[in-house]
Amino acid sequence: MAELIRVSNLSKTFESKAGIVEALNDVSFEIDKGEIFGIIGLSGAGKSTLVRCLNLLEKPNSGEVIIDGENMMDLDEKKLRLKRRKIGMIFQSFNLLMQDTILANVCFPMEIAGINRNETKKKALEYLKVVGLEEKAKAYPSQLSGGQKQRVAIARVLASNPEILLCDEATSALDPETTKSILNLIKDINQKYNITVVVITHEMAVIQEICNRCIVLENGKLAEENTVEELFRHPKTSAARRLIFNSTNQVRSMSSGRVIRIAFQEANTTEPVIANLILEFKKPVNILESNISSINGKSRGQMMVQLPDDDKLADKMIAYLKKNESIDVAEVSDYE
Amino acid sequence: MSKAEIMMIISGIGETLLMVFVSTLCGYVFGLPLGIALYMNDQDGIKPNKTVYRILDIIVNIGRSIPFIILLILIIPFTRMLVGKSYGTVATIVPLTVSAIPFIGRMVESSLKEVDKGVIEAAQSMGASNLQIITKVLLKEARPSLINGATIALGTIVGYSAMAGTVGGGGLGDIAIRYGYYRYQTNIMLVTVAIIVILVQLFQFAGNKLSKIMDKRKNQ
Repeated sequence: MAELIRVSNLSKTFESKAGIVEALNDVSFEIDKGEIFGIIGLSGAGKSTLVRCLNLLEKPNSGEVIIDGENMMDLDEKKLRLKRRKIGMIFQSFNLLMQDTILANVCFPMEIAGINRNETKKKALEYLKVVGLEEKAKAYPSQLSGGQKQRVAIARVLASNPEILLCDEATSALDPETTKSILNLIKDINQKYNITVVVITHEMAVIQEICNRCIVLENGKLAEENTVEELFRHPKTSAARRLIFNSTNQVRSMSSGRVIRIAFQEANTTEPVIANLILEFKKPVNILESNISSINGKSRGQMMVQLPDDDKLADKMIAYLKKNESIDVAEVSDYE
Repeated sequence: MSKAEIMMIISGIGETLLMVFVSTLCGYVFGLPLGIALYMNDQDGIKPNKTVYRILDIIVNIGRSIPFIILLILIIPFTRMLVGKSYGTVATIVPLTVSAIPFIGRMVESSLKEVDKGVIEAAQSMGASNLQIITKVLLKEARPSLINGATIALGTIVGYSAMAGTVGGGGLGDIAIRYGYYRYQTNIMLVTVAIIVILVQLFQFAGNKLSKIMDKRKNQ
């Protein structure tokens, strides 16, 4: 696939009263045309700054952002505005015009591009249909739910006919059900319009749901670049591990013993791995947390399991599990 | 009260309304761009410029701190230059406007500051120019708050216009001073004051109502 976005050696610092904050430090990566690319990190990792450097809402201190062969930093103000029309963006707080109707909101990007009124309206209705909200055209944003507002924001993005869609924590304010439907919509748009999507999130589940590849940011630095599958199965860095382990609610009842992480692969979720383990050793283990999710259409899941205090028994259990080729087992030392 | 006195009060209402509306309108002609300029050049604004903001800020503060009654006298030469005389209804519009401009500028600035930064960022991400952001985002999104501001401005200017009466400014304030104070006709003073109070109440009521109707943020 052809490269669409290239970020090289990007750095950005902010000056504040507390001193100089390094938001981004020498970050480099590439995004191919048509892919759904994830940028994941805990809050304060620099994700939002990074995505704003892509359309130059933030000016980087050094480094380059090249989109479709054009260096963003070389564009004058007018050219930059034209370029931005090709880069749509949706936000956690939706950012719709609250005093305008839904239809007017979707018309907005076409209006500022100087497209005539009749055509604007016709197209806006078309895009509202794509997101399933054509009957809400006359309503105001305050009358819609969060998920509906994000759909309007997506229709608004489509109205400028973009090549790239930047999603800045676009589902973080939504409940899991709505998140899923918005992510599905983004996936559809990616395929239907061949729009390259960049997803910024702190939720591993979002990355799992729609991304092909992703980078992990920690303290403004690129900690890891990986395919989502690999990241999930064999996280290389502690930053990535923290994100994955934090992706479900932690419930702990046993305070001693060793903890292992079992990553399940496709179709294996039907096999009673834990039950078999317990039957084999006749000793209880404690499931600390578990989630099963679908990545790229395959069923995947992970489980954190606390083993008995007896070290020898624990070793045997690990050896037993490791024989199973359809799961990945690793002992976790930094589980908290 | 005699018929003549009643007629005088009615024409006084007309003069007051004329002064107040024309000065508020003229005040907005200059005050709105001033408020936008303050907002844009502010540190958190869209085109931050410390020097420009500092200069505008100082001018506005000076304008706001001169008591209206002093300003009225201070700018008499300017008023004469513009309208040819320094007393009467039309002449009073000049100092009223001059004192309203910085006041309105501040009011507009604070209304614009209420606009969600995220919406502005979204417009920028769509490639909107600063002028488009002002006309299509800021002024539209701040509309209910701008109307509230205009209501407050109207009320304040009614008060100022009454003050202008002390120096022959015309309108209800003029009548209240000349008849009520200088001639001890308390009844006329009370009636004019009551009318001024009612005017301010009406403006406030209409302004609140309009602002509410225009605001689409609440569920209807």
